[in-house]
Amino acid sequence: MSDHPSTYEPKTGVEKWLDQRLPIVRLAYDSFVDYPTPRNLNYWWTFGGILSVCLMIQIITGIILVMHYVPHVDMAFNSVERIMRDVNYGWLIRYVHANGASMFFFAVFVHMFRGLYYGSYKAPREVLWILGCIIFFLMIATAFMGYVLPWGQMSFHGAVVITNLIGAIPVIGGPILTWLQGGFAVDQPTLNRFFSLHYLLPFVIAGVVILHIWALHVTGQNNPAGVEIKSKEDTVPFTPYATVKDGLGIILFLMLFSVFVFFMPNALGHADNYIPANPLVTPAHIVPEWYMLPFYAILRAVPDKFLGVVAMFGAIAVIFVLPWLDTSKVRSMRYRPVMRWFFVIFVVVCLGLGWCGGQLPDDMVFSIGTSASGTPIGLNYVWLTRGLTLYYFAFFLIIMPWIGLKEDPLPVPASISEAILADHAKKKG
Amino acid sequence: MSEPEKDHGTVVGEDPNRRDFIYIAAGAAAVGAVGVIAAPLVSQMNPAADTLAMASAEFDLGKVSEGMQVVIKWRGKPLFVRYRTPKEIKEAEDVKLSELKDPQADADRVKKGKEQYLILVGSCTHLGCVPTFGAGDFGGWFCPCHGSHYDTSGRIRKGPAPLNLAVPEYEYLSDTKVKIG
Repeated sequence: MSDHPSTYEPKTGVEKWLDQRLPIVRLAYDSFVDYPTPRNLNYWWTFGGILSVCLMIQIITGIILVMHYVPHVDMAFNSVERIMRDVNYGWLIRYVHANGASMFFFAVFVHMFRGLYYGSYKAPREVLWILGCIIFFLMIATAFMGYVLPWGQMSFHGAVVITNLIGAIPVIGGPILTWLQGGFAVDQPTLNRFFSLHYLLPFVIAGVVILHIWALHVTGQNNPAGVEIKSKEDTVPFTPYATVKDGLGIILFLMLFSVFVFFMPNALGHADNYIPANPLVTPAHIVPEWYMLPFYAILRAVPDKFLGVVAMFGAIAVIFVLPWLDTSKVRSMRYRPVMRWFFVIFVVVCLGLGWCGGQLPDDMVFSIGTSASGTPIGLNYVWLTRGLTLYYFAFFLIIMPWIGLKEDPLPVPASISEAILADHAKKKG
Repeated sequence: MSEPEKDHGTVVGEDPNRRDFIYIAAGAAAVGAVGVIAAPLVSQMNPAADTLAMASAEFDLGKVSEGMQVVIKWRGKPLFVRYRTPKEIKEAEDVKLSELKDPQADADRVKKGKEQYLILVGSCTHLGCVPTFGAGDFGGWFCPCHGSHYDTSGRIRKGPAPLNLAVPEYEYLSDTKVKIG
């Protein structure tokens, strides 16, 4: 916390000399060793540390891949295959990078749902939340451009579809699309600039992560009780308590990561991307990577081209303004008996949107028979998606403000230490 | 802003507006400079001269047999050349314009006397996928990405696409040869 006085005491002469010139060791010590952490943090709080590890893995493996990759339409696909077959440990590095993107998104979704459940976006943490949203948006852009680089069928046609979203903007959409693609179709100029930006954006993300941690250390961490730190009894030092807890979380996460990399490295990918890009044939079933599917589903739910794009970007934009949509006085949903059920439904709806995004819109979820002309009657994926999309937006725009005003929250503990003591008493019986 | 600035040793009686003028002039110059520097940085992303100079394509219609289509690459995009059957032409011509989302008569989409040859940019007007030949509810094309149906004139009939498949500029060089672009 900002009012936490520095307890760093340089011991050696070198440390003293450096501390008077650039107190960087002091900064690290105060931020990651003696930093007071709420003593009731649970394992959902380890995902921040997990995400920093993800970013590092992506940057390191990415820099290595660039040493072997060729950003040219005639050579990109083959250079990736060469990495897989001929470059020493190239298969490992590429599989870590490709699956690393999925693991990164898995962790960020958990991190965001955690923030949503425990009210981590509420005052005074609005800027912290918005910085996180910016990181999420940059992650989507980076992942999309990275997926284009292998120049397979999914890469190419994914790039066509997503860049054409911009073309949906009335009047100025066309010229912007040409400007973005660097031509009249997705081609060499597009691949080249995506490669450039895919290399740049992770470092931009790293910069925003520093701001995110800075903002976190100004306001202090939120915690499962959702009450602010009031006394020394409420906290433990970051090291060893949080470092060890984060360490265990990271190890478990890396085990899951390894299962994908070593046993099912292509499970999250799409077979069509092992076919070289062909502008003349679109794959029969074009889908984005799994982590974009909920947003892709929202895009397809709206029959109008431009409004579909608006809805898709709106689904992300609404997360930014969340701190001002929640009217509840209580931060943690642990003490919000009504809202927590809407939260559970919201998680299920997000998973449902992801599922719908991977299906063909006109396919049936279930059918209750066929009409006279032979077309099945029942619920198809478009209509299911529309229902889920409606809940997605209603959750933020109607349920959040309305329940906050109507709900009778449970009594909130006076302090973190009191919440822990009450918890212990309950367990003892 | 116009208060006398004692700390900077401003001579009493000096016109404070002169300092305002310097601020505004310097600010305006800085904005102008940023704009001038930004213009080439933004403009470089537009199509380069060689991209713009992409040659037009010539195509021999003799390669297409009746009822089939040939796909050629033109300006990085697929181009459909379809030899329509009399039934398909009739279907396209019989549609009432009031039924169409993007109303256009079939006659405006082909050259007179060459109604059998339909030449289109094979890029779905929704999000740019390549529609599949012969599929969909109207016998024209069906876009596998988001389910747009086109008729035998390449006009949008059902689905999210807002416009008909585009007809490129082309002319007949001879009876069977066309120059596109």
